[in-house]
Amino acid sequence: MHGLINRAIQNFLRDTYGGSLWVGVVRHAALDFDTFEPMLSYDPALTDRVIGAATALLSRPRETLLEDLGTYLVSHPNVEALRRLLRFGGIGFADFLHSLEELPGRGRLAVPDLDLPALDLSETGPDSFCLRCRSVLPGAGHVMVGLLRAMADDYGALVLLDHEGEEDGAEIIAIRLLARDFAEGRRFDLALARGA
Amino acid sequence: MMDGGTLRPEPTVPPPALDRLMPMHLWLDPGGRVLSAGSTLAKVIALPPVVADEVPARLFDLFDLRRPGGVADMERLRAASGHRLYLVARAPGQPAFRAVAAGLPDGGVLMNLSFGIGIVEAVRRHGLTEADFAPTELAVEMLYLVEAKSAVMEELRQLNRRLQGAKSEAEERALTDTLTGLRNRRAFDQALDRVLNQMQVQARAEADPAGFSLMHLDLDFFKQVNDSHGHAAGDQVLVAVAQVLRRETRAADTVARVGGDEFILLMPGLTDRARLCAIADRIIAGVGRPVIYGGAECRVSASIGVTVAEAGIRHDAARLLADTDSALYAAKKAGRGCAILSGRGEMIPPTACPPGEAGDRR
Repeated sequence: MHGLINRAIQNFLRDTYGGSLWVGVVRHAALDFDTFEPMLSYDPALTDRVIGAATALLSRPRETLLEDLGTYLVSHPNVEALRRLLRFGGIGFADFLHSLEELPGRGRLAVPDLDLPALDLSETGPDSFCLRCRSVLPGAGHVMVGLLRAMADDYGALVLLDHEGEEDGAEIIAIRLLARDFAEGRRFDLALARGA
Repeated sequence: MMDGGTLRPEPTVPPPALDRLMPMHLWLDPGGRVLSAGSTLAKVIALPPVVADEVPARLFDLFDLRRPGGVADMERLRAASGHRLYLVARAPGQPAFRAVAAGLPDGGVLMNLSFGIGIVEAVRRHGLTEADFAPTELAVEMLYLVEAKSAVMEELRQLNRRLQGAKSEAEERALTDTLTGLRNRRAFDQALDRVLNQMQVQARAEADPAGFSLMHLDLDFFKQVNDSHGHAAGDQVLVAVAQVLRRETRAADTVARVGGDEFILLMPGLTDRARLCAIADRIIAGVGRPVIYGGAECRVSASIGVTVAEAGIRHDAARLLADTDSALYAAKKAGRGCAILSGRGEMIPPTACPPGEAGDRR
């Protein structure tokens, strides 16, 4: 698993639960280092061990932890760069949904060896969608649920999201777009202010 | 073969459709007057809206066509159809554009402009949004890439900084004796090499050369401390000796622990025998003070061999070390707890030191 993903999980645990939890995770997961380097690659089993250790230490279900990770990736100020990169996906939330299939390609444009989940979006009705998510990380669909919920907030859209389990090796997420312009949403300037 | 005059109509594009496809177009009449301008372009160059009963702005009043050179009228603009054009808006502080022109049957010209490489600055300055670009344009992807690249570069920069820090730390560790914090054998060898090289460079440059001295120190009775009080006591003694050596030397000196109870001092620029004797005696006095460990008194003494590497002579590291070694051996033989100076092959006991500087020798 790419270091960027592992580092994102590490930062999420640190920023949300504090440095001492991360120290505990390092010990519990028997890592032989205390920090993931974002630009190196790691055995995928390590990622799973880290998530397993965190759920054990926090006594939280894996699904909710992963969903919180997804929300963190979009809404925490420490990962503003990622939120911005995601916002390049489209003008509105519906546009963004349609751009999801391009997400792994966009990731590779920036970091050629970055393996993001394969995403497949189909329209199941007016303003209803079904997202299929395939990843080496079990439960990646829950990360997507958290991320989509936070992105909907970011765009000011109102959505209903439902993780409907697994089918043919893909996690299924049902999406209902209830209102495109429900709230103001967060500002997004195409170009960063100089010095920002 | 005309079939009753049913001429196929020329396709015409109404301005709103043109704007949707090319929000940075300019449509010019044969006189170079702007018949319609794309909404994004109009916003960026602050072009007043094209109104029917007003005299329209003229292309060459709005823009300076920089390249290819000489495109200063409509005839030459039509001739440049299909080529890449570079133009700059005449209003001050405006961005540069690249453009392509196509001649129209009525003698007019249709042009499409873009920001080219200056896109990030243009988007920032004019607060452009995705809606300002045609959905087929890769402008937004370009902006995405610029940001993604910067984010990745920042990660790499931080990685490099961490690696640099880890490297210096590892290098420092590789040169340090962990118990005493003094330099180790490796560090001493490097320091000796450095000072010998420096002497050669100075000799070649005929600069004022400086010599140096080596002091090889071996603890007496250290084995007895270890045997009767344990290794922890021995370690405590070594740490105390290191403190004495640090205290009696200057920052520029190299103080290394090179064996279990062996230390070497390299003192650049110091060749004065009287000063060397004084330092050796102070070290012997300091090391001779008992160390209390676990209520027990641990006593060692120091034997020291000293070699002076005079300036102006080509020295060999192995030879210098051998000289220092034999001086140390002589000091041990002379009854321990004393220093012997080996200069030009001869042994000079420290009793030859000027009176009053000999310290409390045993």
